[in-house]
Amino acid sequence: MTADLTTLDAAELGRRLAAGEAGSVELTRAYLDRIAEQDETLGAYLHVDAEAALARAAEVDAARTAGEELGPLAGLPVALKDVFVTEGVPTTSGSRILEGWRPPYDATVAARLKAAGTVLLGKTNMDEFAMGSSTENSAYRPARNPWDPDRIPGGSSGGSSAAVAGGLAPWALGTDTGGSIRQPAAVTGLVGHKPTYGSVSRYGLIAFSSSLDQAGPMARTVRDAALLHEAIGGHDPRDSTSIDAPVPLLVGAAEEGARGELAGLRVGVVRELGGDGHTDGYDAGVLDRVRETVALLEGMGADVREVSCPAFDLALPAYYLIAPSEASSNLARFEGMRFGLRVGDDGSRSLEEVMSLTREQGFGPEVKRRIVLGTYALSAGYYDAYYGQAQRVRTLITRDFTAAFADVDVLVSPTSPTVAWPIGARVDDPLAMYAADLCTLPASLAGLPAISVPCGLAEGLPVGFQVMAPALADDRCYRVAAAVEAALDAARGTRFLDQLTERTPA
Amino acid sequence: MSDTLVEYHELLTRYEPVVGLETHVELGTASKMFCGCATTFGAEPNTQTCPVCLGLPGSLPVVNAEAIAATIRIGLALGCRIASWCRFARKNYFYPDIPKGFQTSQYDEPLCTAGHLDVEVDGETYRVEIERVHLEEDTGKNLHVGGSTGRIHGASHSLVDFNRAGIPLVEIVTRPIPGAGARAPEVARAYVAELRDIVQSLGASDVRMEQGSLRCDVNTSLAPIGSLEWGTRTETKNVNSLRSVERAVRYEMRRQAAVLDAGSRVRQETRHFHEDTGSTSPGRSKEEATDYRYFPEPDLVPVAPDEEWVAALAAALPELPAARRARLQQEWGLSGTEMTWLVNAGALGLVEATVAAGAGPADARKWWLGELARRANDAGVELTALAVTPAQVAELGRLVADGTVNDKLARQVLDGVLAGEGDPAQVVRARGLAVMGESDELVAAVEEALAGNPDVVAKVQAGKVAALGALVGAVMRTTRGKADAATVKRMLEERVAGS
Repeated sequence: MTADLTTLDAAELGRRLAAGEAGSVELTRAYLDRIAEQDETLGAYLHVDAEAALARAAEVDAARTAGEELGPLAGLPVALKDVFVTEGVPTTSGSRILEGWRPPYDATVAARLKAAGTVLLGKTNMDEFAMGSSTENSAYRPARNPWDPDRIPGGSSGGSSAAVAGGLAPWALGTDTGGSIRQPAAVTGLVGHKPTYGSVSRYGLIAFSSSLDQAGPMARTVRDAALLHEAIGGHDPRDSTSIDAPVPLLVGAAEEGARGELAGLRVGVVRELGGDGHTDGYDAGVLDRVRETVALLEGMGADVREVSCPAFDLALPAYYLIAPSEASSNLARFEGMRFGLRVGDDGSRSLEEVMSLTREQGFGPEVKRRIVLGTYALSAGYYDAYYGQAQRVRTLITRDFTAAFADVDVLVSPTSPTVAWPIGARVDDPLAMYAADLCTLPASLAGLPAISVPCGLAEGLPVGFQVMAPALADDRCYRVAAAVEAALDAARGTRFLDQLTERTPA
Repeated sequence: MSDTLVEYHELLTRYEPVVGLETHVELGTASKMFCGCATTFGAEPNTQTCPVCLGLPGSLPVVNAEAIAATIRIGLALGCRIASWCRFARKNYFYPDIPKGFQTSQYDEPLCTAGHLDVEVDGETYRVEIERVHLEEDTGKNLHVGGSTGRIHGASHSLVDFNRAGIPLVEIVTRPIPGAGARAPEVARAYVAELRDIVQSLGASDVRMEQGSLRCDVNTSLAPIGSLEWGTRTETKNVNSLRSVERAVRYEMRRQAAVLDAGSRVRQETRHFHEDTGSTSPGRSKEEATDYRYFPEPDLVPVAPDEEWVAALAAALPELPAARRARLQQEWGLSGTEMTWLVNAGALGLVEATVAAGAGPADARKWWLGELARRANDAGVELTALAVTPAQVAELGRLVADGTVNDKLARQVLDGVLAGEGDPAQVVRARGLAVMGESDELVAAVEEALAGNPDVVAKVQAGKVAALGALVGAVMRTTRGKADAATVKRMLEERVAGS
């Protein structure tokens, strides 16, 4: 029965736990078994603590037996991207420079999930410091795509996507700076949502680019994503950029969307993201699935029109100035003095030498590339031409969104221009790697919510459909995504990930 | 290597100095700038720290609203314009005492700009223009271990105490101050003193230079008299007392004059002031200074002080030192010079408190500038460090005024108070210092003096009234000064006349 449990969605697992049809220990053991079986291939986890997970699960089971009032997430296993600090649990952000570090505190989202009674299975693999789109930049090992282990699971939250798609966790948290939740969700057939910037706490999230980073859910279904999002969202006084507003009712929005009620919804298809004259670099199969999905929405009563957002063409260069600039500063604290790796401190070297050796050996090539880029962009004499100019582009992109949302309720596009590519295919070509973020960057730069929902297969690999909404209207993303999911599931007769389960029986 | 120096009076015949000051004030907020850690001075190293002020991965700053308010109040007291919207910025550089690899500071958007402070030197008023007042976080403190000097040279290793890291620090930057001529060192000192008094009156900091809660960098440059351009400046750090401010400027003027006299150029550099020798030595050269790569701090939202709030802070400002001095000078009827003495002696607040405790202004001044100043001077401490309160001084004044003690006894009462024996009245009782009335003891002492000095008595009776003084002295000796001389004199006169 183990295999059955790990193919179920979290909402169903929660129902079984609440009904006493399954125990948290049983569930946790099922996932741990699956991890033991599959993770050598998939490389989804950087740290698994089976003992702690089982102990925690036993506590929740005991509380339930004792008749304690438990929340809907109690006893459900979860995996966290290794970018979230977890008290006493190794946290590396995918980097050697933090190897062996056990944080003395919990990230706010980790604390919230703990308080909700979830069981932490482990910390998932990622591109080092969340810099990458394939998880090949992990300092430890690459993660692999459960649909085809020779292909990338996306990135930077590729450990989380591999874990959830592969049945090594029912759901997981990722972080998204330029697409790091949505793109891995898209290429592994998951639902992944990047919340409105400021609506989920960043406290305890190891910063890559502070003005862009957002934590969010990665799950098998839209409803699961909404449930997990509600559990982590909301104001946090420890994060100054946290918005003090109630979390919209996301599960409700997903349920509403699943009923297919889209009459009157105005949908804008972004021309600059795969539309006419903007198809270079896009897989034909991806564009086909997206066009079909748009037609599907129209069929459900949505009012579809094409929208032009010219500044989106500038998103990629702007992003690759802003994110590295902030990263060059955020990563300055990793100098071997107070935590993590220290290299060369044998009494013969100066402080500066130990700091440089530590950074030389502790950081991988992509991290160094971005530190150099960012340091250059912020330098006296270059600041205005690079960082300053990129911020102006950011304003233009925000204006394009504002103008578009005057006429439509949501904007849609492919999530990723391509399906998962073979491992190693882009490692020597950073620009090709960066292009994977083309469709996800605009919402990141504008701080807007955006979701990726599976919309079919191309070349036998998952394709993601992106829905973007105005700030704090995350519920619209869930509503539209749930409508797409429900319609496609109904047409297919199975749920999206069941196609993978059928292909690779555990 | 010691610098060549030009005599001060001589350099002034050829050069005109310009000084400028950057002053850092550690705010006295209960918690740090961006986290909830305590700010108590002198706590065990690294006991007032948390993930935020240690810069641990994932931690985020949250602005201390009290620190914003205190900075705005300082800005208002200096007549600054308060920004309606401004941001923090990251100043990026590597050093072990900055945990994040950057200092959160303000760059091109300071909270307060364009103020001024008038200071008085030798009866002349100098206006010091304030360029900006901004808020930042303090660094940790490096402790160099194993060397003899406590400095990094010769040390075997260094330790970092992060208790200070993240304490709110206000930086007050003046515009260059030209035109002070020979008085430039004193103007610099007077500015820092006045600034210190203002911040203290606001209750924003304890401004103790010796503890580093007020720190000063002094910029000095010289230009030939009549030159349209200012000279190259040096920035002198480690200037940790008011006296050092004055000495540092004076030294730099003398040193730079020698450099210029020799036909060389002054290097733009940071220099360190040495308290023991009164000299400065070169530190890091500004030419090779780090590019700090300032950019707006993305982890903090902009600070936008509400106009009404700023107005309320302005309305609630206490009386500032200059206004207070003017008021007290008028109330006490003092001349400008008398007021200056009082201020320079550090006695203004003490006298004010003594007057408030009931003493007359003249009496209070007499005590603090006289007997108490002498004692402080003998002990080598500030007046405020004496173990006597203004209320006790006022009480002592009352005891003299009502004749309980005379001036000589009063000094003995003071001995007792300073020795911790209690309030003046208690000391008088415990030590038996009250002036004697016409008691049996005094009558006996008078009789004894008359009986023991028949020759003097005879002289007095023969009309040599001045000889009576010898008899008074004898009685005073017997009573160890506790008798009232006038009473003794009257009693002696009665008895001599009556015999």
